[in-house]
Amino acid sequence: MTDKVLTANRLSDGIAVWLDAAGHWTENLQDALVARHAEAAASLEAIGKRDFADNKVVDVAVIDVEETNGVLWPTRLRERIRAAGPTMNYASGYGKADAAFIAV
Amino acid sequence: MYRYDEFDHAFVSSRVEQFRDQVERRLSGELAEDAFKPLRLMNGVYLQLHAYMLRVAIPYGTLNSKQMRMLAHIARKYDRGYGHFTTRQNIQYNWPKLSDTPDILAELASVEMHALQTSGNCIRNVTADHFAGAAADEVADPRPYAEILRQWSSVHPEFSFLPRKFKIAVTGAERDRAAIQVHDIGLHLKKNDKGEIGFAVYVGGGQGRTPLIAKKINDFLPEQDLLSYITAIMRVYNLHGRRDNKYKARIKILVHETGVEELSRQVEEEFAHLQETELKLPEADVAAIAAYFAPPALPERSEGWAQLAGWKKQDEAFARWVNQNVQPHKHPDYGMVTISLKPIGGIPGDASDVQMDVIADLAEEFANDEIRISHEQNVIFPHVALADLEPLYRALTAHGLETANSNLITDIIACPGLDYCALANARSIPVAQEISTRFGAPERQAEIGELKIKISGCINACGHHHVGHIGLLGVEKKGAELYQITLGGSGDEHTSIGEIIGRGFEPSKVTDAIETIVDTYLGLRTGKEEKFLDAYRRVGPQPFKDALYGEAKAEAA
Repeated sequence: MTDKVLTANRLSDGIAVWLDAAGHWTENLQDALVARHAEAAASLEAIGKRDFADNKVVDVAVIDVEETNGVLWPTRLRERIRAAGPTMNYASGYGKADAAFIAV
Repeated sequence: MYRYDEFDHAFVSSRVEQFRDQVERRLSGELAEDAFKPLRLMNGVYLQLHAYMLRVAIPYGTLNSKQMRMLAHIARKYDRGYGHFTTRQNIQYNWPKLSDTPDILAELASVEMHALQTSGNCIRNVTADHFAGAAADEVADPRPYAEILRQWSSVHPEFSFLPRKFKIAVTGAERDRAAIQVHDIGLHLKKNDKGEIGFAVYVGGGQGRTPLIAKKINDFLPEQDLLSYITAIMRVYNLHGRRDNKYKARIKILVHETGVEELSRQVEEEFAHLQETELKLPEADVAAIAAYFAPPALPERSEGWAQLAGWKKQDEAFARWVNQNVQPHKHPDYGMVTISLKPIGGIPGDASDVQMDVIADLAEEFANDEIRISHEQNVIFPHVALADLEPLYRALTAHGLETANSNLITDIIACPGLDYCALANARSIPVAQEISTRFGAPERQAEIGELKIKISGCINACGHHHVGHIGLLGVEKKGAELYQITLGGSGDEHTSIGEIIGRGFEPSKVTDAIETIVDTYLGLRTGKEEKFLDAYRRVGPQPFKDALYGEAKAEAA
């Protein structure tokens, strides 16, 4: 099974978040809890449904990631951009996404 | 410009308070997402990849400096210090907190702005020629009619749950700068032989996954019948438009499937019931609205002619900017200035809070406090004395707003694409940036001449790629971005939908492909006066296919 993590957007501000091992929603994909087997993935889905119902997050999804040298890398470009931010310098004080992370 | 009356103020304020209550109930958990989502969308709040997005309406792209300052303030206080001006003459903020949105809307209401009907299956912000009220070739100012349509369509009970969204555009000149033929309804203001005002009415245009050019169903609709006739069209659409398939729900599909003759018959039949009703526009009401749009008093400033000639002689960059970004005004001592939001290598349509404040200050100082947003994602000062062009240019230069590229290859329209948008399949902005950087040298742009590149990151075509002289559509193929190129599109009075030229290009090869197309054009044009689009229409796609793919490969493609 492809490794999976649980992602969503926080209800109050819409910021992209991932579920960590402590059950908190973190803004850093690299802190996410990785499900490596079907049972764990099912558990992620259940937590996602619960936290959606509890009005903590919206747009919940379980996504595919690959782990290389300890770095989590979503297999879909869309999810890499969600994790790393816009890929260009878009605002003063906010850096662009790491090109190496975004690249296929 | 239009000013809110007591009713407008009360209405917008009450909607803000209603939404504040809805947001509070959502955050407390009292309202579930399924119930809340349509409510937030009705107030312009979307959820994108990274955060919420708030789309604020700028009716027909017209605003004053006070409103622009408010847009800057919101960018600074509630967002990340910038905003994105869109192809529908609106502005989007990419990072507002849901919990802040009621305060943002309250601040907007204080300067007579809102985010109503910037989403949902309703009549959206009515767009108009960005040179309205100033253009030398104008028959009449389209904005009073756009405002009448705005008032009529705002929370119109019958048309708030249409089969799909609905976009109306109005132009007041033969030269169509509002792309009316790719709108659900396009209105072309004209005068008949008796000097009376009326409209040519186009219906069923649109882009998206099924690009179609609108059909003219009325050559001259008298002014007084505007609302009754539009209501008739809306009723036919509301009744017969498809609700079974989102992708076939726009009026363009209804027109296409019904046929223009039958649809016209249905509209005329409905119109016959409506023509002599309260929808008939009284002359006095039209005049009252038109009075809001009375042109500013423009004193004679003939000293500008000689000054301008002198300044242009002294400063090549200034001369280039004037030649490219200043258009003739109906008053000979004035010009219409395009302030480009397309810096070389920059993000099309983005402006920082500081730039917005500067634009507001300069509009007060040099432009009779009038600002427009164009559907090409630039800012317009419609009334600037030629005598003020040089100091205006200097002030713009200090803030990166002096790019002299209006209508040139780097004046690119691009949707937000996969860098922001939850619907996108591919990025648009970095592609635009790379093309802009490649072709950024002023001499090269001048040599190429008028060339409109438009980029969409998905088939919804927010970047208007179908009507780009060169259009780029980003798709996802095997998990990677790929860009399909169309040639020969145009969104003016000779509207055409671009033709797909062949197989797509990877991101790393797309700028080279554009360069091949441009070089091919430069090689085959009859002279510098033959623009890219004219040359394409003369020779067709084959030379470009040959250049891009090789003759044998083009046949296989």
